[in-house]
Amino acid sequence: MIPRKEHRVLVLGITGKQGRFWTEKMRACGTVVTGGVNPKKAGSEQDGVPVFASAKQAAAKAGFDIAVMFVPPMGARDSAVDAIEAGAKMVVVLTEHIPQQDVMLIHAAARRHGTRIFGPNTAGLVTPGEGFIGIMPGFNTNVFRPGSIGVISRSGSLGTLVCLNVVCAGFGQSAFLGVGGDPLPGTSSREALEMLDGDARTRGVVLVGEIGGTMEEEAAAYARSMNKPVVAFVAGRAAPPGRRMGHAGAIVMGERGTYESKRRALEAAGVRVAATPGEIGPLLRERLAPDGAA
Amino acid sequence: MNLEEHAAKPLLAEAGIAVPKGAVCGDADAAARAAAWLGPCVVKAQVPAGKRGKAGGIRLAATPEEARIAAASILGLEIGGHAVNRVLVEQQVPIARELYAAVINDPASRGPLLLFSADGGMDIEEIAATRPDSLQRLPIDIEAGMEPARAQGLAAGMGNASAAVAATLVALYRLYRDCDAELLEINPLVITGDGHVMALDCKLVIDDAALPRRPDLAKLGTPEKLTELERRGRALGLRYIELEGPVGLLANGAGLTMTTMDAIAHAGGGAANFLEIGGDAYTQAQPALELVLSNPRVRSLVVNFCGAFARTDVMADGVVKAWKVLRPAIPVFFSIHGTGEEEAVALVRRELGIEPFDRMEDAVAAAVGAST
Repeated sequence: MIPRKEHRVLVLGITGKQGRFWTEKMRACGTVVTGGVNPKKAGSEQDGVPVFASAKQAAAKAGFDIAVMFVPPMGARDSAVDAIEAGAKMVVVLTEHIPQQDVMLIHAAARRHGTRIFGPNTAGLVTPGEGFIGIMPGFNTNVFRPGSIGVISRSGSLGTLVCLNVVCAGFGQSAFLGVGGDPLPGTSSREALEMLDGDARTRGVVLVGEIGGTMEEEAAAYARSMNKPVVAFVAGRAAPPGRRMGHAGAIVMGERGTYESKRRALEAAGVRVAATPGEIGPLLRERLAPDGAA
Repeated sequence: MNLEEHAAKPLLAEAGIAVPKGAVCGDADAAARAAAWLGPCVVKAQVPAGKRGKAGGIRLAATPEEARIAAASILGLEIGGHAVNRVLVEQQVPIARELYAAVINDPASRGPLLLFSADGGMDIEEIAATRPDSLQRLPIDIEAGMEPARAQGLAAGMGNASAAVAATLVALYRLYRDCDAELLEINPLVITGDGHVMALDCKLVIDDAALPRRPDLAKLGTPEKLTELERRGRALGLRYIELEGPVGLLANGAGLTMTTMDAIAHAGGGAANFLEIGGDAYTQAQPALELVLSNPRVRSLVVNFCGAFARTDVMADGVVKAWKVLRPAIPVFFSIHGTGEEEAVALVRRELGIEPFDRMEDAVAAAVGAST
């Protein structure tokens, strides 16, 4: 599911500095926020939004479809599981540095309840013209305009730059899906690609990847079957070798995970790979006419 | 965070997995004394790196004198960029069979994955390449835990030692969970001549994100090797990596910072550092820039901001402040977009008299051009 204006959003950690700042930005953009959660401030209001003790209480009293988390890492597991058990259709986990075993417990709970997780460490999701969920500049019309390009990104800052290039090339976005920088993302790039492939508004996709992991290789395998054009950019070609995962990690990855492996897999699947973000716009224009309204 | 073998093995022993008797020694005399009470022994370099055997860091010794000679030759070696300051002297164990066992975080199943092979002793890459059928992969439901019956299934072919191997796998998984590991590997896990199961080597990586709740484990880990500037970065809470090139860079977010480095390389230049002030660190632009500029190799600077969570107006304010304090004699090139960009661009124009580039590639090309 791609967030739409009719989806009701619950903000976990709404009373913190960032929760408050971004709730205001989301609402100004059209996102419907029906409640927030802070167990210590239940019963109060934050800028006119009712604050509940838990997501379960919010579900009973206000209702919500999507929960977005502004919660510190050590409290993230309990907060996410509360939202999952309260019936969230989707939980957007913005928090970075959540212990990996807590992340796996969040994913296990989500599997039991059929909840879609984006993140952890995602910058969120944007549906230009309807609203946004998270910490993206969804309100900046140089970056986001309604249109037909779906953008998938592991990074918020780089995703923002890419969306800017999409707009400069005469397109807008059908959706921005931030899959996040965590090693164990709840929605992979491949799954995000499937979502955009099935979305009637999306004519083409920009896939923004990074070195590490195997998400781009898996997405490439799916892109091969798509009729919509996919353009990719993979960050980290010049990056120094990062922290090694060790032998057992190497077995899972094999030769995959490097820039060259990702580029090869994507190109073999017919995906055009841009050498710099500035090439993304021209590559889109080779395959698609610009969005008329944008 | 890596735990070296000598730091990880006591944790295995506490978890009920037998390890050889041994002692950590800092000099050759201590190694000889240890060998006197251990008998025939193995002298092993203690460094946070693999392939120690191939680097000459593991030697057998039958007598205390041989242990002294072995330790003397190993201490002072450099393995994987780490000087060897300590050896682990361990009793030799009669080996009947070598196995492999590990638990890792698995992105495919989004949960723990137990790896087990009846062909241990060689690197896991080698097992995967030469005996792929012997490597069993068991995804574990983290809510239910490791059911003993599944461990028994994996260990079924181990004859008289099957029950002990199964118990070891259960203990291994429990330890992985108890110490917030992202990797716990025993290679080799051996069946001894007299039918006992014992861990001869061990690799343990604790999840860095879990260290705040595990100060006990954080103390056992090997600190990362850092340059002076990297140490200063760490003290400021910044992810700074020192590189060889002349183009200093400041960007927000790991993805954008990597992309800026890529663009510098694409334009024929070299980055002087990796430093990202994404997440909450975006308020740290001033100390971050001061750090970038303390690298004497920096000949030009590119500042590339694309604000999502990170507000470019807040970051630009930090840059302007640092610039006014340090008054560096090098040129700086900006590209600024996203959250807060109008205020940020206006600030840079007003306070520094500099016009930011519209395209990041142009800012980078200008910085590369000015760095040679």
